[in-house]
Parts: sequence; structure tokens; C-alpha cells
Amino acid sequence: MSTVVETHDHGHHGPAKGLSRWLFTTNHKDIGTLYLWFSFIMLFTGGAMAMVIRAELFQPGLQIVQPEFFNQMTTNHGLIMVFGVIMPAFVGLANWMLPIQIGAPDMALPRLNNLSFWLLPMAFGILISTLFMPEGGPNFGWTFYAPLSTTYAPSTVNFFIFSVHVMGVSSILGSINIITTIFNMRAPGMTLMKMPLFVWSWLITAYLLIAVMPVLAGVVTMMLMDINFGTSFFNAAGGGDPVLFQHVFWFFGHPEVYIMILPAFGVVSHIIETFSRKPIFGYESMVYAMASIAILSFVVWAHHMFTVGMPLAGELFFMYSTMLIAIPTGVKVFNWVATMFRGSITFETPMLFSIAFVALFTIGGFSGLMLAIVPADFQYHDTYFVVAHFHYVLVPGALFGIIAATYYWLPKWTGNMYDETLGKLHFWLTFISVNITFFPMHFVGLAGMPRRYPDYALQFADFNAIISVGAFMFGLTQLLFLFIVIKTIRGGKQASPEVWEGAGELGLEWTLSSPAPYHSFSIPPQVK
Amino acid sequence: MSYIKKVLTKLIFVMPLLVSAAVFAESSDYNMSVGVTEVSKSIFELHMVIFWICVAIGVIVFSIMFWSLWKYRKSKGAVPADFDDNFWLEIGWTVAATLVLVWMAVPSTQVMVEAYDDAEGEINILITGHQWKWHYEYLEDEVGFFSNLSTSQEQIDGEVPKGEFYLREVDEPLVIPTNTRVRFLITGNDVIHSWWVPDFAVKQDAIPGFINTAWTNVPEPGIYRGACTELCGIKHAFMPVVVRVVEREEYDDFIAQKVTLAEAERLLTSKNWTKEELMERGEQFYNTNCAACHQANGAGIPPVFPALVGSQVVMSDSAKQIEILMEGVQGSAMAAFGDSYSEIDIAAVITYTRQAWSNGDNGDGVIVTPKDIVDYKNKIDL
Ligand code: HEM
Ligand SMILES: [Cu+2]
Repeated sequence: MSTVVETHDHGHHGPAKGLSRWLFTTNHKDIGTLYLWFSFIMLFTGGAMAMVIRAELFQPGLQIVQPEFFNQMTTNHGLIMVFGVIMPAFVGLANWMLPIQIGAPDMALPRLNNLSFWLLPMAFGILISTLFMPEGGPNFGWTFYAPLSTTYAPSTVNFFIFSVHVMGVSSILGSINIITTIFNMRAPGMTLMKMPLFVWSWLITAYLLIAVMPVLAGVVTMMLMDINFGTSFFNAAGGGDPVLFQHVFWFFGHPEVYIMILPAFGVVSHIIETFSRKPIFGYESMVYAMASIAILSFVVWAHHMFTVGMPLAGELFFMYSTMLIAIPTGVKVFNWVATMFRGSITFETPMLFSIAFVALFTIGGFSGLMLAIVPADFQYHDTYFVVAHFHYVLVPGALFGIIAATYYWLPKWTGNMYDETLGKLHFWLTFISVNITFFPMHFVGLAGMPRRYPDYALQFADFNAIISVGAFMFGLTQLLFLFIVIKTIRGGKQASPEVWEGAGELGLEWTLSSPAPYHSFSIPPQVK
Repeated sequence: MSYIKKVLTKLIFVMPLLVSAAVFAESSDYNMSVGVTEVSKSIFELHMVIFWICVAIGVIVFSIMFWSLWKYRKSKGAVPADFDDNFWLEIGWTVAATLVLVWMAVPSTQVMVEAYDDAEGEINILITGHQWKWHYEYLEDEVGFFSNLSTSQEQIDGEVPKGEFYLREVDEPLVIPTNTRVRFLITGNDVIHSWWVPDFAVKQDAIPGFINTAWTNVPEPGIYRGACTELCGIKHAFMPVVVRVVEREEYDDFIAQKVTLAEAERLLTSKNWTKEELMERGEQFYNTNCAACHQANGAGIPPVFPALVGSQVVMSDSAKQIEILMEGVQGSAMAAFGDSYSEIDIAAVITYTRQAWSNGDNGDGVIVTPKDIVDYKNKIDL
């Protein structure tokens, strides 16, 4: 490189050329873009697996795949969606937006940032490669309960464990970076209570990640020992305890579900205030609500384990603590509604997705509340009712948050407006198909269809056919999303710096030109 | 576009109504089964109470939201207000939410205490989850049996029409009497399973190394169908639960018959079995218990489930084969069958696999008799 005559002025390097730009980049915007594309590719990978699942379940009987492969599909679908789509997409948004929302030139630890990203393709390469090995990939569910995932697992479980370790390292490094950036790189004048809510949501999420990813690493390491080194952490025959696995897993697992929703809370708050043209209602209570959700999320884990045979006092404790979480969650919903109240509302695509978020996430919250009621959970647990619950909070919840964020900030990233008509079409198709897919799951669940079944009794046939049709519709619709994003990158109406009417007042990102320059806020702005 | 929008907006409003109407129908195709026990009925009522509370909150919140979206849309010239906080409002809805939760928590706790009771039953049954079938043992009468899916593979593969109870039928259901407190002691033999009968509202995980308890008291005779609800491997969907509830006299007859059968079986162990008798019994046992993994033609699904055809152990090492069947193979899906099945069954299936397919011609053709298994057990006990 040193032989190249540098003609441009120093201090304002543009991106490197070709592949090396992406391999070696330390620029937060490039890394954000990498994360977002990675997540997009994984969305279609995990989505293809969901299509296999739904094709098999379209009718009773085994038509398309055998149970062995079906179990690999459900497992990998879950793992990929959780660790490969939702989490990386939020980290991508964080990379792009945190520095420019707090007026920093970049993330605090740019090289670490590059490493955190590139660990991910490695982790998922390993995970997905197991599907092509003779014994097949992981087939024990995304919750990988022992001893199905230890004594009874295919030997490829070792690859799975390694890949979870690598994902964990990536998440922990990413979180350290985010926390360091937020605490050290805010523009002068930006006190904590002036930070945008997306920044707050990520600060809290990053702490959750640092707290629980080591727990996940611990539990998979114990599995590794059980499988290869003769320990008996989870092996009853050797004096171990299979239920211990579940306690440790869910101690990670429940905070994990909030890791997947808090950043969406942040995004949606910005979008609702932008398109209601009215500042967010109850900023402080929004922050406190997120913090209390995060803290409470450490003491509710056993609500996933109501049927393992806990003592009565334990069942009641976890029921009450879980119900408590509904309070801060409810407060957030009330605040969003109060923000819309007496605003001046327009319905651009990001707003449509956010309104749908509020409505449908709330439905997921209701089913969550019902699941928290222990005696009722005896009937709901491990049926499609649970599947309906978590898909409502994760698809029209977390995923809608990500889609809304993409439409909201895409003009800032690319400098071009997306096609509003196509965006609205994408919204309506998605909204309709998501409900056709996931709403009937409540009914089949209540009627008694257990989850993770490749085949089912005849009385569930009608609903399953409807669900499958909805799922194919949903899957196809997301190709339209891909098309819209590519179309916007390639051209479109030039976006103004503030992009959305009045947004200039709302955050530092809207004071930058569109697209945001490769290096921004080299001189920190002053926040009043 | 705007017409479509109007229609869709209407749909959004109408959908919750349709949905609640459907649920209100209380048909078990849409809703939780009411069930037949006191507990299942209380749980159903509780479920409906919390459901309607959620609907009520939903109606309030969503009406305010959609009304605001409608009333304050910019296209109608709405001008934004500039408030962004209201302390008492925040306190108010936090308190309101808390009160609603307390309202839900009270009946929930009551039902929970009702459902949760691990006192002894009049009849105590040990339920063991196996990959992929249930084993029931009547502890007082010391009789037990396996309960296997009875739906044929042809139905599953769509080669013949599916029957009414497709995937919800077994060769031998659990039988319990009416109006009797029955306690279930539930455990797992290999991985975790979960024993669920919706009509009794009993769902309890079957965990190796643990014994969980649950109980029921069923007033009405009938056949009640349930399922395994914890992912337990390939045939998770193929190990249903069926419980036949009968009047007390019929139950006593059933148990008496079982006891006689068990007695006869014990006598049979000492009889001299011919190769043909063993083969016949072995083939039947093989197809019910082994073919899921090793396949009916003995080819297995390598590398996970090894082939028995041409296997060195099956062809020339009967001592090793007995050991594998009795003790299982550590670190694999091969379970120990020794404790769960009779000496006759073990001997028969070993003999069958040593004779079947091409093994009889290519191997040593040793016949294993029930006495060999008894000898093996005595040797181990020493
Ligand atoms: C009001 C808030 C919520 C409550 C009270 C709640 C309650 C519950 C309960 C009790 C279960 C266990 C059900 C069972 O297995 O029987 C559950 C499962 C689940 N929840 Fe939630 N939940 C809430 C919000 C969320 C959110 C925000 C997410 C994620 C974004 C989420 C994701 C999940 C997932 C993934 C599962 C299923 C895990 C599995 O077994 O695979 N929940 N929830
Ligand atoms: Cu949870």
C-alpha cells in the first residue's frame, strides 16, 4: 500500500477498495453494514428451514422429510433466528447508529469490533456445516436439553458447542465495545438522561449480554465435559442432574429473550415520536421500565420449567416474579400510546411497522401473562400456544422492530429514499401473513397439539394447513423486502439530512448529511 | 390503494371480535379442553378468566391507540401537543396494572394449591418414559406393561388412509378406575419425556433420576388421549398416552387378569423353548421395540443406529449380545432392556436377530434361551 501515491488529503480516508475494505475494516458504519447483511442472509437461511418445517406440517403424515431431519430443521431454525438474525441485526444497528446518536467518531474499540463481526460467519459456518455431516446436525431443539443433547446426541454436538462458544465470544466482545463507547465517547453535554432511548436500550442490553453469555458458555462446557471427559453434570446415572441443565440454561435463556426485544423497544420509541411529531411520552419512565425489566429478567427463569416438578413455593415465586415483569412492559406500551395521543400522525412504512409492533407485541405479552399462571401453564406448556407466544414477541416484535429500523434509517445509510408504495405493500403483506401464520397457533396449542412434532393427529389438520399457507406467504414477502433494500441502495429520491419532517430536532444522526459521511463527528458536536 | 387501506383497517378492528367469538364457542377445536376432573375444570375456568382480563385490557389499550391514530392523523390537520410527561398518569397506570395482576394472582394461587398435592393415592402407578413408549407399573399389584403406538407405519407414510385416532392410539392403554384417587410417579428411563393428559390437566416431566408425582381422580369412565410433550428424539410425536377409565369392578378384573398373566409368564421362563417359538415371539418383539432404530430389515440407520445384519456381535458373539441387551451401550441411544422386559422376550429377540435376514446362514446360529438370560442375571447378582 505504501507505494500508492496518496493524492487525497490526510485525515479523511475513504473506504479501502474491494474485498479488503470489508475484511479489514474498522469503520463502525462498514461493520454495521456487515452485521446487517449477515443477519439478512441468515434470515433467509433460517427462513428456508422454517419452510421445510411448514411444508412437512402442511398435512398430517410424513411426506417431505423424516423426523430425524425435521428435528434438525426445528433446532437449526431456532438457533439461527435467535443467534444469527435477531442478535446480529441489533448489533448491526448499534454499530451504525450508536456513534452517530451520541456524537462519537466511531466505536471505542474498532479493531475488536472487526473481530466481533468476523467471528460470526465462522460460528455459523461451523454450525451449518454439521447439517452435511453423516450423523447430521444438532437435533435436540434450540434449548438443547440434556441428556438428549449429551448422552443421546449425534457426535456433531461437539461442533455445535464450539460454535456456541464462538458466538458467545463475539457477543461479549461486542457488548464490551458498546458499553465502553457509551460511557466514554458521548458528545459534551449529552448526560445519561439525555441519551436517545435506542442508546439506553443498548446500554442495558449490553449489560445483560455480559452477564448471561458466560452462563451459556458454562452450560455448553459442562455438556462438553459430560460428552467427552466422563463427567456427570447432567447424567443421572453418574449422580448428575438433568434438571440442573435447565436451570442453568434458562438463567441464560430468559435474559436472552429480553436481549432480543430491548433494542426494538428503543427503535420503536424513536419512530413513534418521529411520526407522531411529538416527543416520547415519559422518557424517564421508559428508561426505568427497561432497567427494571432487565433486573427482573434474572429472577423469572424457572417459568420455563413449571412442569419439571418444583416445590409449590418455587412454582408460586416464579409465577409472581413473572407476572411482575408485565408491569414495566405494560408501562412501555402505555407510554407509546400516550405519545401518539394528540400528536400529528403520518403513516410512513417505519411507522406502520411500529404501530403493528405495539399491537402485536402486546398480544404476545398477553399470552406471556397467561403462560405465567402456573396451573394454566400445565396445560399450555410445550404446546403450540407457547410457539404462538414467542413468535408474537419475536416476529412482529423483535423482527418488526428491525424492519422498522431499516426503513427508518435506510435513507440515512444510503442517501436515497426507499420506494414508499413498495414499502407499504411490504408492510401489509407482512402484517397479514404474520397473523395468518401465528394466530391459529394459539388455537392448535390450546386444542392440544404439542410443539416439535413432525406429524400430528387429524383434528389439527385444518389449522396447520392455514398456518403453512401463511408461512409461505410471509417467507415470499420478505423477498420483496430484499428487493426494496437493494433498490434503495442502487438509487432513489435523494434524502435530505433530516430525512423525516421535523426529525432534525430529534437526534444527532439527523444533523449529518444523507448518506452519513464515512467519517462523522470527528469534532464532537455540542449537546444542549 | 386508499380503498384497500379502508378495508384493511376495518379488518384490523373486526379481527379481535372474530377471534374472541371463536374462542367463546368453547369448542375444543379452538380452546383448551374443559376436561373431566375437578382440577381440569378449575384450570379451564382460570384460563378463561385471565383470557377475558387480557381481552379487556387489550380492548381498552387498542381502542385508545387506534382512536388516536385516527383522530390525530396529520392528513386531517392535527397539530401536535407539546406535553411529554405526566407524573400522576404514570403512577396511576402502574398502580392499575399492579392491581389487575393481584386480581389474577389470587385465583391462580388457589387453583395451584388445589392442583398441587402429593399425598399418597389409593392406587399408585409408576410411569416410565422410554424412547419411544410408556411403561406403566401398578405398584401395589406388581404388574406392569408397555404401551406402544398402534398406528401403522403405512398410515404415517400415507400408503393407507389414516384412521380416526391416527397417532392417538396404543396397543395397551393405561387402565384406572373411576372415583379413585390415583397417584402417578413419573420418571424417565433415557431422556426427558413428559406425560400429558389434557382432560385430567396432568402434565409432568419424566426425568431420568427423578420421580415426579401427579395425581388425578376421574369421575367419568371413558378413553382419554394425551401425548408426550418434551422433545425426546426421533419418535417424540409417536408415543401417545391413552388412559382407559373404567368402573371399579372392571378395573379389579383387569388387574386380576394381569396378575394371572404375569404368573403364567414366570412359569414359561423355565419351559424348554424351541427355536421356532423363540423366533416367532422374537420377531414380534423386534418389530415393536427395535425396528424404530435398527429397522425391520436389520439394516439400521448408520452411523447413528448400527446395522444388525452382518454384525460381528450378532453373528458370532452371543455372550456379548446378551450383555448389550441387558445393560445397554453407554453413551448411545441403545437402552438397557434387562430391567424392563421378561427373560423370554430378551432371549427371543436375541435368537430372532441371530437367525433372521442372512445372519442365520452366515453366523454361528446360536440359540439363546430364557434360561441363558436367567443365568446371566444370576451371574451379575453374585
Ligand atoms: C410480558 C412479558 C412476558 C411474559 C410474562 C412471558 C412469559 C413466558 C412464559 C411463562 C414462558 C414459558 C412458557 C412455557 O414454556 O410453558 C415463555 C416462553 C417464551 N417466551 Fe415469553 N414472556 C414475556 C415476554 C417475552 C418476550 C419479550 C420474549 C422475546 C422477545 C419472549 C420470548 C419467549 C420465548 C422464546 C419463549 C419460549 C422458549 C422455548 O421454550 O423455546 N417472551 N414466556
Ligand atoms: Cu422467559
